[in-house]
Amino acid sequence: MNRPRHMKTGTRLAIFGLFVALVTLTLAGFDQFGVFAAESESAVDAAASTGYGPAPKLTADDYPTIAGVNSRVAVWVFAQLHLWFAAFVLAVPIFVFIIEAIGMRTRDKRYDDMAYEFIKVTITAYSLTAILGGLLIFALILFYPHLITYLSTIFKESMFYYALLFFAESAVLYIYYYGWHWLQGGFKKWVHLTLGLMLNAVGTTLMLLANAWLTFMMSPAGVDAAGVFSGDAWAAIHNFLWNPINIHRFVANIAFGGSIVGAYAAFKFLTATAEKERAHYDWMGYNANFIAICALLPLPFAGYYLAAEIYAYSQQMGITLMGGIFAWLFIIQAVLIGTLFLSANYYLWCGMGRSDGAKRYTKYIKYIAIVLVGAFLVWFTPHTLVLTNEELKSLGGPHHTILGPLGIMPAKNTAVNLMILFTALSFMFYRRANKIATVSWVKAGNAVQVALYSAGIVNIMFLGIYHGYFTNTVYKVAASIPQVLTTLVIMVVSITLDSFIYRGAKEVGPLRWGRIPARAQYALFLLAVSFTWLMGLMGYIRSGIRQHWHVLDIMRDASPDAFTPTLGYAANVVSVAAIIFMAMVIFVFWIAQVGSNKTLPAGYWKE
Amino acid sequence: MKIPRLLQAVLILAGVYFGFIVVFDVLLDAVIPSSLLAMYMFFVTAGVFMVFTYDEDQTRELVAPIKAMVEDPSKRVWRNTVFVIVPLVVGVGTYQQMQPSFQAPVELRTIHPAPPTTAMIYGKRVKLLELENPFRKLEKEDPEQFGELVNEGAVVYIENCQFCHGDKLDGKGPYAAGLNPTPLNFQDVGTIAQLQESYLFWRISTGGPGLPKEAAPWISSMPVWQDFLEEDEIWKVILFLYDYTGHRPRSWEHE
Repeated sequence: MNRPRHMKTGTRLAIFGLFVALVTLTLAGFDQFGVFAAESESAVDAAASTGYGPAPKLTADDYPTIAGVNSRVAVWVFAQLHLWFAAFVLAVPIFVFIIEAIGMRTRDKRYDDMAYEFIKVTITAYSLTAILGGLLIFALILFYPHLITYLSTIFKESMFYYALLFFAESAVLYIYYYGWHWLQGGFKKWVHLTLGLMLNAVGTTLMLLANAWLTFMMSPAGVDAAGVFSGDAWAAIHNFLWNPINIHRFVANIAFGGSIVGAYAAFKFLTATAEKERAHYDWMGYNANFIAICALLPLPFAGYYLAAEIYAYSQQMGITLMGGIFAWLFIIQAVLIGTLFLSANYYLWCGMGRSDGAKRYTKYIKYIAIVLVGAFLVWFTPHTLVLTNEELKSLGGPHHTILGPLGIMPAKNTAVNLMILFTALSFMFYRRANKIATVSWVKAGNAVQVALYSAGIVNIMFLGIYHGYFTNTVYKVAASIPQVLTTLVIMVVSITLDSFIYRGAKEVGPLRWGRIPARAQYALFLLAVSFTWLMGLMGYIRSGIRQHWHVLDIMRDASPDAFTPTLGYAANVVSVAAIIFMAMVIFVFWIAQVGSNKTLPAGYWKE
Repeated sequence: MKIPRLLQAVLILAGVYFGFIVVFDVLLDAVIPSSLLAMYMFFVTAGVFMVFTYDEDQTRELVAPIKAMVEDPSKRVWRNTVFVIVPLVVGVGTYQQMQPSFQAPVELRTIHPAPPTTAMIYGKRVKLLELENPFRKLEKEDPEQFGELVNEGAVVYIENCQFCHGDKLDGKGPYAAGLNPTPLNFQDVGTIAQLQESYLFWRISTGGPGLPKEAAPWISSMPVWQDFLEEDEIWKVILFLYDYTGHRPRSWEHE
């Protein structure tokens, strides 16, 4: 009965085997590309002492072309699609591991079933990740051979082990997935959970290695000014932006993965015909949204840390990023992040309909909405405005005296902290909706909660306004840390306090899973689409701030595509890639569903 | 009398819209740009409809008049009127939007062009990341001499810069109205307060022609001041810009 599954596994393993072999062969073949002439005397000396050559100085002739193919767009789209799928397949095992552990602790089989369903969606996506990775490496070798040669001389070890790690990743993933029902109960379950941990360890290592290559291109280390490699591979890996990117990607992947499985649950909810099925997928969607929100809340801080580090590494890249040509994409980013917060909150508010006790809290929703929308407007107000000539004349310049100050980071940080706090408040109300506290100190507990939120909000506003506008830049940047800490302290303390207040609480009634309007499911779709688009646009910016450099200040891009495209063009490329990704994701959802369909062709088989 | 929910939503949106106009255009005398107002209203509308539709009963109440208008046979006159008026309004709006006008198209302008890593200034190749104001250390070491340098910077500013950037450093000099884009307002927290002194030195020394090719076309009428001023004079002017506005140059070290 299991034969078809084994055959699928075989096919997938074959694809991976092929991919890994290709990568390995390719890397082995790089040595044949030759050594590039050193131009400066010092570079020659350095090259002689280390045995490595300087970064090649290229001309337009060094970039092979294929008629009718735009090499930059090809690499761009393959890289982006590969990254989306990679983010998804790296993230899902993280929360599958956690959900499985929760299931083991609570002995609630629903968690185990949900974790299995999540990993089932990942399995097809994993194949697509590898296929797209193969396409990316082929495209790089075909169109940018000198770049990939240079990078592979520096990262040869890590690239080789990266390829080998794919074997480990594939092996652990398949045992983890196909062994799910086999490794159940007692010791076997612990073995299964350990496999989940191993899967995450290998997956995260893969991500860290790939991050090293791309951050090297932004903040090269372990090489001199001519690009001569010192031979210290760790220095090249542990470059200035490696850890900021690692942290940001790790958190963002979880949020993204949560949103994609949330979309899967929404898709299943909307297509479900039975009440029980609707209830199951409603519960699944809620959990996926919860995961996405949990990762979304710290994400702006990780992003801010990354941007601050980029600025610290290179004023040029920093200004290009947020004050220069990419600043307008940041406005789109702000709009999309705000959309994420609004969608996540809307889903929670709609979800309150599952409880009969929610009426006690729904009266506060309008106030939460006012703060969220107000903070959102501040969050995306640009510093330099798009003005008509009449408006320009009337204002006397491109800066608005009242709205201009909202365009810089202190206002944005204050706004995003408030958005995070009020999203946490929405979640707290959602949790309380179906409960009646029975402890005697409930009023005092609530008063402490109100005081905590009020004091925290005052502190965030003070830090944002005073330190943001009346002190110098170093304090402006530094003030963001106590702002974040204030938000985190409020969230942790209030959730802890709430769990004590509602210890032994009465339930108003059973939670009616499935009693949620269909439009709430579209909020889950919006979450997934916004995340996808956001990652594409911000990924382009991260890569684009190098401008005409393959490796910043070391290896110049001499291809005909070395210019920065217009924002509209870039947004179109990312949008088309996002549509392709969404189409592939729908295929993944569909194929996950097909596995459980059965046809009994009467009279076809011999009895 | 209870106001129908659809009307409530419309009234709230109208209130917010006119609220923005009254507050900014009338009370504060700082017109709210139409592009920004459109963005604001889009998300205010999203917020209003989120609040009005998270609950099933409330949603039904909200859409009931629309549903009745479309489905109720007794509302035929209403329906036909609305079905004629709405496309007409949209059509007229679109026509007016698409009509050619004498208004120059709006353009996105980024206020801080990214500096190059190195630049040729006064015949030397300087690394902007490592460049520091040679007089900045005197602020602590010899405040009196520092004060004199600021005053000298003020003289250079008044003799050369104020015609465009204004005697209050607010970008409203006598020539400002003739320039597009208008000169920068240094009092604004988003200009020199965000930048390192080396950036100002590069921008002043190399002017509009020194802006990076990679990010062309830049429009800037800033002269190449290294052709007219001494290197020290530019550093002194930078001291004055920060001193007068009360901003501090961007730095990475706590003082």
